[in-house]
Amino acid sequence: MRNRDLSFWIFLAPVLIALTAVLIIPFFYGVIHSFTDWNGLTVSEFIGLQNYIDLFRDAEFKASMWFTMKIAFVSIITINFFGLGLALIVTSKIRTSNLLRTIFFMPNLIGGLILGFIWQFIFVSVFKDIGLALGIDALTGFLSTPKTGFWGLIILNTWQWAGYIMIIYIAYLQNIPEDLMEAADIDGANSFKKFQNITFPLLAPAFTVSLFLTLSHSFKIYDQNLALTNGGPYNSTKMVAMDIYNTAFMENQVSYGQSKGVIFFIVVAAIALLQAYYNKKQEVDV
Amino acid sequence: MKRKRKQLNLLAIIGLLLGLVWLVPFYLMIVNAFKTKKGIFTNVLGLPEEWTFGNFSQAFIELDFIRSFFNSLLITVLSTGFIIVFASMAGYALSRNKSKLSSIIFFLCIALMIIPFQSIMIPIVTIYGKINMLNQVGIVFMYLGLGCSMAIFLVHGAMSSISVALDEAAEIDGANKFQTFWHIIFPLLRPISVTIGILNVIWIWNDFLLPSLVLGNPNQQTIPLKMFLFFGQYTKQWHLALAGLTIAIIPVIIGYLFVQKHIIKGVSEGAVK
Repeated sequence: MRNRDLSFWIFLAPVLIALTAVLIIPFFYGVIHSFTDWNGLTVSEFIGLQNYIDLFRDAEFKASMWFTMKIAFVSIITINFFGLGLALIVTSKIRTSNLLRTIFFMPNLIGGLILGFIWQFIFVSVFKDIGLALGIDALTGFLSTPKTGFWGLIILNTWQWAGYIMIIYIAYLQNIPEDLMEAADIDGANSFKKFQNITFPLLAPAFTVSLFLTLSHSFKIYDQNLALTNGGPYNSTKMVAMDIYNTAFMENQVSYGQSKGVIFFIVVAAIALLQAYYNKKQEVDV
Repeated sequence: MKRKRKQLNLLAIIGLLLGLVWLVPFYLMIVNAFKTKKGIFTNVLGLPEEWTFGNFSQAFIELDFIRSFFNSLLITVLSTGFIIVFASMAGYALSRNKSKLSSIIFFLCIALMIIPFQSIMIPIVTIYGKINMLNQVGIVFMYLGLGCSMAIFLVHGAMSSISVALDEAAEIDGANKFQTFWHIIFPLLRPISVTIGILNVIWIWNDFLLPSLVLGNPNQQTIPLKMFLFFGQYTKQWHLALAGLTIAIIPVIIGYLFVQKHIIKGVSEGAVK
């Protein structure tokens, strides 16, 4: 039993200092300054909610929010579909499962920026050549329209994260008791019925975990966005994180950018709270 | 069971096809890095007509690869090391102290995980700019702040399997809290430390945004940063860009192949919690 003596505080000191100096202070500093006309150097007056009012009228910001939500929503579906599918393959008794697991997870280790550049090459150059050779018009000029930009990001996001989500599903799949499956076999169930009645229901917590991971991760995408499309064409594929960055550092509207950052925090926090709520709810049900 | 054998074979084939598809981007990147500009233009899918190495030497030099590799290594290792040690200390202290204050502090640490980087990046750049910490020292400190919440959470969880009896035995033997932690508890935390290490190394090694805001001095820049600048300079000169990208991911792939099992295990535990 530890009491609140000196050693307790000494053990905590490094992280408390770091958390305060890197998270707490900048966070409140940012919130306060979002209510002023801060330009990064000086503050001359308090402008109240003006930034936030402007924000709600900002068409580009709203567009980037909406675009981000679309990316998140579609990604959740594709990443989880592939993640579960890959997990089912890897946990089956085929001999190559370890090798496959290694391969499917590999993209997740490589930074988003580098992945974005690799796929930019594939979409712009390779797709174009294939499209020209096979006469498929849709493949030429990929990434030059909002729609292809959107799908480019989805493909990249899926390739990068399906392996990670696969790992999660594998962990849950491996926790399903063998005897349940054997009992079902004895009762004459085929693979599909087994999946439907045993596997699927027991994967419910995995769905929740994966859903929220994919959601919060997709929302914060920046590196991939920058490398793949740089928000183009004409900011049509600009996601929220990039909008904040550009507002603050390229358009030099520092306090306005910060207010967007605060709104971003509120959205991300809402997602996290929802997740916590769902987790609590599931614990009770099981 | 013939039907089962058939099913497995089908699955094996599907798996193989998917595996190949999954590797195609890597194949395309590497294969085209060995071609000349014209080579890529004429034939993008096949193997090179002539294998060119010039792209690689040029990319290597322009990426200042030895220095940027060293920078990435230094920052990643130091940051991760500090995160592991300090978060373990904090997780230990918080888990052994069952008071209300301790719970509040723990909750606070966890809650801070929610703050996304974009919400604090402007203040961080401003504040740390004013105190001259926009350099490698500053960035390591920032990574500590950004990474320790999750680590504390994981250590706290792991502490529940380490019996208090060990603490008490050590105390009876005359050890103080620091000795107990360092010689008994910390070694027992090795599995979770590995998990924390892996998660943070993957994140910090590949991080782009924070270094781009903090590391202005070219001598201090990390691989992702250099890659971004290189790519920007040679856009559309795919032969060079791809060579650079290949060089950049080689350390990651080598590291992965060596400690694959640990990585996958670590990611699995980290995510499920």
